[in-house]
Amino acid sequence: MKVVFTRPQSLADVNTHYCPGCTHGIIHRLVAEAIDELGVAERTIGVAPVGCSVLAYNYFNVDFQEAAHGRAPAVATGIKRALPDRIVFTYQGDGDLASIGTAEIVHAANRGESITVIYVNNAIYGMTGGQMAPTTLEGQKTTTSPNGRDVNTVGYPIRVAEMLSTLVAPQYIARVAVNSPANIQKAKRAIKKAFEVQLNNNGFALVEVLSTCPTNWGLAPEKALKWLEENMIPYYPLGEFKVPKEVE
Amino acid sequence: MSEKLLMKGNEALGEAAIQAGCRLYFAYPITPQSELPEYLAKRMPQVGGVFLQAESEVAAINMVYGAAGAGARVMTSSSSPGISLKQEGLSYIAGAELPCVVVNMSRGGPGLGSIQPSQSDYFQATKGGGHGDYRLLVLAPASVQEVVDLTILAFDLADKYRNPVMIMGDGLLGQMMEPVAFPAEEKRELPPKPWATTGWKKDRPKNIINSLELQPERLEMHNRRLQEKYARAAAEEVRWEGYRTDDAAIVVAAFGTVARIARSAVDAAREKGIKAGLFRPITLWPYPSAALAELADTAQAFLSVEMNCGQMVEDVRLAVNGKRPVYFYGRSGGIVPTPEEVLAEIEKAVNGRCEA
Ligand SMILES: Cc1ncc(C[n+]2csc(CCOP(=O)(O)OP(=O)(O)O)c2C)c(N)n1
Ligand code: SF4
Repeated sequence: MKVVFTRPQSLADVNTHYCPGCTHGIIHRLVAEAIDELGVAERTIGVAPVGCSVLAYNYFNVDFQEAAHGRAPAVATGIKRALPDRIVFTYQGDGDLASIGTAEIVHAANRGESITVIYVNNAIYGMTGGQMAPTTLEGQKTTTSPNGRDVNTVGYPIRVAEMLSTLVAPQYIARVAVNSPANIQKAKRAIKKAFEVQLNNNGFALVEVLSTCPTNWGLAPEKALKWLEENMIPYYPLGEFKVPKEVE
Repeated sequence: MSEKLLMKGNEALGEAAIQAGCRLYFAYPITPQSELPEYLAKRMPQVGGVFLQAESEVAAINMVYGAAGAGARVMTSSSSPGISLKQEGLSYIAGAELPCVVVNMSRGGPGLGSIQPSQSDYFQATKGGGHGDYRLLVLAPASVQEVVDLTILAFDLADKYRNPVMIMGDGLLGQMMEPVAFPAEEKRELPPKPWATTGWKKDRPKNIINSLELQPERLEMHNRRLQEKYARAAAEEVRWEGYRTDDAAIVVAAFGTVARIARSAVDAAREKGIKAGLFRPITLWPYPSAALAELADTAQAFLSVEMNCGQMVEDVRLAVNGKRPVYFYGRSGGIVPTPEEVLAEIEKAVNGRCEA
C-alpha cells in the first residue's frame, strides 16, 4: 500500500491532552509540517505559553522553553538574541498574548524581533475554564460574562492582527482559520510563510489562527466549527495584513 | 590585575560583567542604577555583545530567562521598584534552574519611595520575593573593588548552581567612585551547558526548559532537589568578613555601604576603650549564621546597623538564638547613618540601655 499521509517528524508521537474536537491539535500539526518542509527542526527552538497549549513542549520534536503567562515574546527575544542563527517561535493563546502579554507582543513586534508567533485565538480562556478573553465577541457568554460580553463596560474584542499591522517593523501578519479543509490549507501556507520570513532574516512574523474551544463554548465539535465561521470570521476577517516582497 | 582605574560602582559592575563573559544584558532604566545600562549600551557592541533596553522590567527578566535557557551568560539590573517587577521571572528562573545575574542597586521604599540609597529590600532578596520555595544567592559588596570581584564570582556561582545570583548594592555604592583593578584579562572558558535549548540534533535528549510539574509527587521531588541544592550552597558559599571581632565585647553586624560606616564607628569605639568589632556578611544568602553563632560565645551583645527599619536583624537574632541581646539601629527613607550615630548606639548597647 502506498503511504500518503504520515505524522510530521517534528510532531512527537504522543497523545495530546486537548479536548476532543479542539483545533489546537490541527494547528500543532501545521506548525510541525512547516518546520519539516523547511528542514529547520534541528535549529528550531519553541516557546510554549501558559494556557491550554502549556504542554506544547511535549508535542514537538524540537528544543523548547516554557514561558510565564504572556511573556513568551520576551523569552523568545532572549533566545533569539543569544542564538541569532536559530529559528525561534512562540505558540500563544489569546488570553496569553492579547491580555496579560500585550506589552510583550507589541514591543517584540515593534522591535522587528526576528521570531515567528503562532497566535491562537479561540475567543475564550480555555485552560482556566471558559472565562472572558480580550477576544471574546460582543454578546458572547462566558463564565465571567454570564450575560454576554457588554462592550460598554469591558470594551470591544481586540483585533490583534490589525493592531500589530499598524506598526512599521513587523514583516508578515496574517489571520487564518482552521474550520474547513480549504482554510486549513491556507493556514498552512501562512504559517510556513511566517517561518520563511524569519529564515530569510526578515524579522517579525505573526499568524493569528482562529481556533475552536468546543468544551468552553459548550458546543459539539462540528457546531463549534460552524460557530467559528458564522461568528468569528465576520469580526476577525481572514487575510494577509502585511507581506514582505520576498514571500509574496 | 590591571592598573587601578577610577570608576563609578555601576560602571565597574558593567565592566566586570563583560570580563566575566557576559554578552547579553537586558534592562529598563531606573535611578540610581542607570549608569549601568548606559555603560553597557556603549560597551556591549564593542565586544560583540547584546544590549537591549526592554519595554519593562517584566520583559527584561523574561529575556534573561530565554537567553539563560539558550546557554548564555546574561545579566539584568534595576533598583527596588523594578526588582519587584522582576520577581515573577525570578521565581520561574529559579524553578527552571537557569543561571543569571540580577543586580539591585536598591533605593528607599515602599512604593515609589525615593531615589536615595537604602537596604530595605533585604527581605525581598533573601526570603524570596516571588512565589514558591526558592532561594537566590545574594552577594553584598561594600566597595567598588568588591563590586568587581563579586560580579565575576556571581556569574561563576550562577553557573555552578544553575541559579539566579543577586548582587545587592545600593544607590551609594552604584554612584560612588573608587579606584578598582580588574583581573588580568584572559579568555574565559565558560562551563558547558548540555541542558540548554540550542536546537535538537538528536545527539542528546530533547531539552525542555520548564518549571511546570503537574504531578504533586514529582513537584515535591523537584522541590526537594532544589532544597538539597540550596543546602549545598549554604554549606559551601558562605562569605563574611570579621573586623576586630576576636576580643570584641560588642559586635556590630552590617552589610554593604553601611558596613563601612560601622567600621569607622568600631574604630572610634576602640579609641574610647570599648571593645567593639564588625561582622560583615558578604553573602546575605546563604547567611553566615554559624560564624555569628560562634561569636555569641565570646561577645556580650550584638548591634545590627542597617539602612532600613530592621530586616537583617532578624537573621542576626536567629543566629544568636537568644544567647545574647541583639540591638538594632536603622535609618530609612534614604538616610545614611553617620559614624557618630552608630558610635552612640554602640555605647548605649554596651551600657545595656538599649531596648532589645
Ligand atoms: C500570572 C498568571 N495569571 C493567571 C494564570 C491562569 N491562567 C492560566 S491559562 C489562562 C488563560 C489562557 O487562555 P488563552 O491564552 O486564551 O489560551 P487557551 O487556554 O484558550 O488555549 C490563565 C488566565 C496563570 N497561570 N498565570
Ligand atoms: S479547553 Fe478549549 S482550548 Fe482547551 S483543549 Fe479544551 S477545547 Fe481546546
